[in-house]
Amino acid sequence: MSLLSVENLDVRHGLLQAVRGVSIAVDHGEIVALIGANGAGKTTLLRSIAGAHPPVAGVIRLDGVDVTHVPAYRRVSMGIALVPEGRRLFSAMTVEENLLLAGASRRKGEWNVERVMEAFPMLKARRSALCGSLSGGEQQATAIGRALMTNPRILLLDEVSLGLSPHAVNLVYASLDGLMASGATIVLVEQDLKRALRVATRVVCMLEGRIVLEGRAREVTREQVTQAYFGLRRDHAPAAESHP
Amino acid sequence: MNFVNAIIQGILLGGYYAMIACGLSFMMGVMKIINLAHGSLAIVAAFAFFLLAEYWEINPFLALLLVLPLMAAVGWFLQRGILEQSARSGALVPILSTFGLAIVIDNTLFEYFGADTRSLAPFIGSLSYDSWSLTNDIYVGKLAVVTFVAAMALLGGLQLLLTHTPIGRAIRATAEDPDTVELVGINSRAVNAISAAIALTTVGIAGMFLAMRATFDPYAGPLQLIFAFEAAVIGGAGSLWGTLAGGVILGLAQTLGAQVHPQGFLITGHAVFLIILFGRRYVSLRDVRMILGSLLRQPA
Repeated sequence: MSLLSVENLDVRHGLLQAVRGVSIAVDHGEIVALIGANGAGKTTLLRSIAGAHPPVAGVIRLDGVDVTHVPAYRRVSMGIALVPEGRRLFSAMTVEENLLLAGASRRKGEWNVERVMEAFPMLKARRSALCGSLSGGEQQATAIGRALMTNPRILLLDEVSLGLSPHAVNLVYASLDGLMASGATIVLVEQDLKRALRVATRVVCMLEGRIVLEGRAREVTREQVTQAYFGLRRDHAPAAESHP
Repeated sequence: MNFVNAIIQGILLGGYYAMIACGLSFMMGVMKIINLAHGSLAIVAAFAFFLLAEYWEINPFLALLLVLPLMAAVGWFLQRGILEQSARSGALVPILSTFGLAIVIDNTLFEYFGADTRSLAPFIGSLSYDSWSLTNDIYVGKLAVVTFVAAMALLGGLQLLLTHTPIGRAIRATAEDPDTVELVGINSRAVNAISAAIALTTVGIAGMFLAMRATFDPYAGPLQLIFAFEAAVIGGAGSLWGTLAGGVILGLAQTLGAQVHPQGFLITGHAVFLIILFGRRYVSLRDVRMILGSLLRQPA
């Protein structure tokens, strides 16, 4: 059984339908990269899975349990953690406080403040600094650490490289490498195609709210993804259905 | 000597203002809600203490054990039943609904208790009129000192709760970003209800001191609200130590104003409030420090 399965999900922002009939399944240990242009519905899909944005139709299951109507804070204790776009740290609180906050309603697991500090060494010196004073890379590391503090079964990463310098992106991904190698289940939105294809086991490409291309990261080519990204060849769309 | 006395009495009076401003400041700063029923709710607590003392002869300090849980429950209901519902209709609606609540409370109390003024002073032995003498000329009321110390303990305790406990962290985070707090596994609705319960617990304590210190009647709430509001705003909304400072500034302004002119008590208090409120728009704290610094550097 898939760890996470989404079936025929429709999500709206008022009159705008951001996600149209999306179905996707994520297995244990998979790293799925969501790719697509701005407005393709990636962020909305992730927020909907995390419970921050209620869908109008469709079903979300975690380990077979229907969580479609479970409030966001309870999904956290069930094992879904979202690192939101723009990081959304509590800027008037310290790094450590941000981490402890997420640890309060934790599932049992191995993550604690010390382990986050080990995973993101750049945070060690900034432990007592207010999050508002951190650099972009440090903020992103704190945001990921905060999500990890809940000991998630599936981690949703939304645009971790947004607004970061290339050097900071490398640092953040270097820290994520260990996590990915340890068999964590991750769904990530990444604009950098090369990086997405390198870290992911599977690639899902969205266009205008629909999945237009899906395949193993090793098997899809840059050209295929580029075409799906810009919607140049619609006949790739059936690929979504053909995947098990 | 008169001025020294006025300053001491003003500081102690400030402790009382900080006490009644505590819950208001907490709700303003942490929950971003201006509770216009604050004074009326303090009067509700005062009547609860009065009834317990009058009919069951329960000492007010002992009655805290009964009244504070009751006030916490009132806070929970206030948040869940009124503020949360009205917040869905826009940011201004909660303020208006607390205004309506104040009218309902005042008139309901009037309906049941009439226009008589009451006080807890008869139930606390000599505490309400006893004093300690500092010098031959200067006396401080025992109750005023107790109130000041209690205000410091209450505000300090709340500050410690906010900075060092898990629920305090959750309250601060929910105040900053209620949507994101859900993403880290915290139920923001429950946290807000707990915040309101804490705020109303402090209102209960304030109600007791209010009723021990002087008399009250069903319509005494709005006047308490004004002083609480002034103290909270002078101190910078939401800063708990600031609220203590705000109370002391207001108390000092009033007692010193009364020294200058017998009718200067209220007028000076309001004037200082307005000066600080509008002055803050044009002059920052840093400017004040700079001006003071340059004045002090002048050769005497």
